[in-house]
Amino acid sequence: MDGNTPAFVWTAENEAAAEKHIAKYPDGRQQSAVMPLLDLAQRQNGGHVTQEIIEYIADYLQMPPIRVQEVATFYTMYNHKPMGRHHVQVCTTTPCWLRGSDDVVAACKKRLGIGIGETTEDGLFTLSEVECAGACVNAPVVAIGDDYYEDIDGDSMTRLLDALAKGDAITPGSQTGRQTSAPDGGPKTLKGEEAGDA
Amino acid sequence: MPTLTIDGQEITVEPGTTVLQACEDVGVEIPRFCYHERLSIAGNCRMCLVEMERAPKPIASCAMPAGDGMVIHTNTESVKKAREGVMEFLLINHPLDCPICDQGGECDLQDQSMAFGRDVSRYDENKRAVADKDMGPLIGTIMTRCIHCTRCIRFTEEVAGVPDMGALYRGENMQITSYLEKVVDSEVSGNVIDLCPVGALTSKPYAFTARSWELSKTESIDVMDAVGSNIRVDARGNAVMRILPRLHDGVNEEWISDKTRFCYDGLKKRRLDRPYVRKGKKLVAASWNEAFTAIQKGLKGIDGKAIAGIAGDLADMESMYAFKDLLAGLGASRVECRADGADIDPSNRAAYLLNGGFEALEDADLVVLVGCNPRNEATLLNVRLRKMVRHQGTRVVNIGNAVDLTYKTDELGDNLRLLGDIADGTHPLAAELRAAKKPVLLVGQGALTRGDGAAVLAAVYAIADGYCQRDGWVGYGMVHAAAARVGGLDLGLTTKGGIDAILDDVEAGKVSAVFNLGADEFDSSALANAFTVYIGTHGDEGVRNADVILPAAAYSEKSGTYINMEGRVQRTARAVFPPGDAREDWKIFRALSEVIGTRLPYDTLEALRAALVKAVPATQTLDAVPSADWKPFGKLGAIKEAGVAPYCDNLYMTNPITRASDILADVVAARFGGADGDAEQSGETGTNG
Repeated sequence: MDGNTPAFVWTAENEAAAEKHIAKYPDGRQQSAVMPLLDLAQRQNGGHVTQEIIEYIADYLQMPPIRVQEVATFYTMYNHKPMGRHHVQVCTTTPCWLRGSDDVVAACKKRLGIGIGETTEDGLFTLSEVECAGACVNAPVVAIGDDYYEDIDGDSMTRLLDALAKGDAITPGSQTGRQTSAPDGGPKTLKGEEAGDA
Repeated sequence: MPTLTIDGQEITVEPGTTVLQACEDVGVEIPRFCYHERLSIAGNCRMCLVEMERAPKPIASCAMPAGDGMVIHTNTESVKKAREGVMEFLLINHPLDCPICDQGGECDLQDQSMAFGRDVSRYDENKRAVADKDMGPLIGTIMTRCIHCTRCIRFTEEVAGVPDMGALYRGENMQITSYLEKVVDSEVSGNVIDLCPVGALTSKPYAFTARSWELSKTESIDVMDAVGSNIRVDARGNAVMRILPRLHDGVNEEWISDKTRFCYDGLKKRRLDRPYVRKGKKLVAASWNEAFTAIQKGLKGIDGKAIAGIAGDLADMESMYAFKDLLAGLGASRVECRADGADIDPSNRAAYLLNGGFEALEDADLVVLVGCNPRNEATLLNVRLRKMVRHQGTRVVNIGNAVDLTYKTDELGDNLRLLGDIADGTHPLAAELRAAKKPVLLVGQGALTRGDGAAVLAAVYAIADGYCQRDGWVGYGMVHAAAARVGGLDLGLTTKGGIDAILDDVEAGKVSAVFNLGADEFDSSALANAFTVYIGTHGDEGVRNADVILPAAAYSEKSGTYINMEGRVQRTARAVFPPGDAREDWKIFRALSEVIGTRLPYDTLEALRAALVKAVPATQTLDAVPSADWKPFGKLGAIKEAGVAPYCDNLYMTNPITRASDILADVVAARFGGADGDAEQSGETGTNG
């Protein structure tokens, strides 16, 4: 807030969305909508929330700013620093790590030339390390923006980043082509091919 | 009502009682950090774990409602192990700096670690360190010591009513802070220092000045306002080091205002420590004899009718009684205690008391404030009103300045003419008052200092009498701001026309000598025309035009009787001696009476108190809320079409002690901005001696 940036206000679209969130809760409980509203504001602001946004939402929901700040600092998915356009979140918790997340992180660092928690100079990428993303069956997993990219290795990670840098669309989901979290190489059970199948 | 067994003892408790409270009822002490009787339950420190039969693991007793048939054990091996485990976890990140910690010696963590913890630590990883927060001039922070009990957060939100504090981040990174590290914008913020079970929030002004065990502790009464908060004055040698609250459910519960807590440095600054006599234009230090001789000379040829007395806001009853006697000996009967000019009739006790007292007030379901800002004038009363609004949904209606009282008020504007409409039933509030179970009218001094106080009081009487009386319930109370006021009124220290008439008569030359007993809250320039004797503690407004100054004792330096706004009689106790040549007020009057006037007939405090009891029988019974006969007060008349001027615009600067306090000056600067206190006051300490 250096005085040059315009004050934060909802876009008409987001205001409608915010009202919709508030309407989910009983009268007088509008504070319950603080999390979706922070998320909305973060998206509108290009990936991070500021003190100004915290106060704006506090005012919007008629709650003390400290309570909004508590929420905004508690959850790791609210960012407090400017973010790159693509937020690359590599899971490095045990299952992903066992399946090679170290290679994925190394590929990111090499391709982007930044360390964890940093943003590339062109403002395209921010690299983060996250705790269990909850998709261990398809480890290693990377979340970019709102989507998961699974069964990643160093090469596929580099490919994804190249595509994003060029502005190409990339396909979420398994990068090895398997269907959701079906066994590697296609469905196997109930096909009578292996011993033990009834 | 659930009946449960605790360590083999059966007990039946009220529904809603927690296991921890039930344990206390049977005399079993449960260690705790986050639980506090007057705050909501958090259940996050886990120190209160006890064993419950048929439960798979220990339960947090503070958060578990007592249930019928529960069997609780608090002294088993598993409870011991649980406590040791919790204690060990709490101490993991707690620094071992007790020797340099202000909380050392009175620390819950220290004590409970001794009682319930293991003897050694098994932890040899790095300890966490947390950056200290700036919470203003009162609260010092060493946040590495914080154990995240969240008492401070709950206090500021629930009791103080300023949701300024919170916990940022999570898990190991959790930090307690005030929003953007701003000053906690509350007049009771100092209580978080007492609430903090460790040394994370400590008193900034007290930091590193004393250890708790080297202080002599004196139980006393606060005189910063008319609430009469129970306090403990901690002194080392002849210096008051700090002031803490004492528990009194009827008065201050266990809180005190910041003004009460932090005025103590004002007791050491700008003090009058020797008599002064004006020679020419200058005040010159003198001996007691010289001062008395000067008074004798000054009074020569002045008739008793031309002598007036003014008693200040901090005067104790003994002083005022002896003061009145002294002047009576000179033939003077004109003694005024309402230095603020409030129009109160002393003949009717029910008119100037908060009838029923604070504790009974809590039953009220509709409170009407008339020209009263309790947040500034009676901070602890405001805390109680907030509690009522929060817990019972009491409705508060405000006739007067619209101010933020930390709770919801319905504003009816500040035109006191409204009172007439309510009294004759044309205003809708009249019907609401009639419908309410226990309505109460609280009248502040702001409504009585506009010149039409008697008419306002008459209208208030009509409302209180017509709509607020219930069986055994007097729905009326006056909110005072000065500790001495009720006592002064009980002594009948009022005069026709009040202080304005005295000052006018001084200007007109009808009054040629004025005795001023520590009254500094009026413009004393008129007194330049009269021979003025100032008896008081500080070089403040009152000495500006004084001809003789007699140094007296402050409330921490004498045993004095005060009556608070409920009518509760309480006594201060001497914690330290008055500085230099200063003496207790009544002794000054006793000695002076031998030089001028007639010798006062009491040589000891006991004899004086016996005489005082005869004059004011109420002073015989200590610490009880009296009941006063309900009879008409006020005088019907026209109420002015004018607003209510704020009675006290700076709640921190209401008497000479607070004005001499640098700590409070810093608070004013931090909360309200403006010039820094230190710079402003450094040049004025000339009378310190």
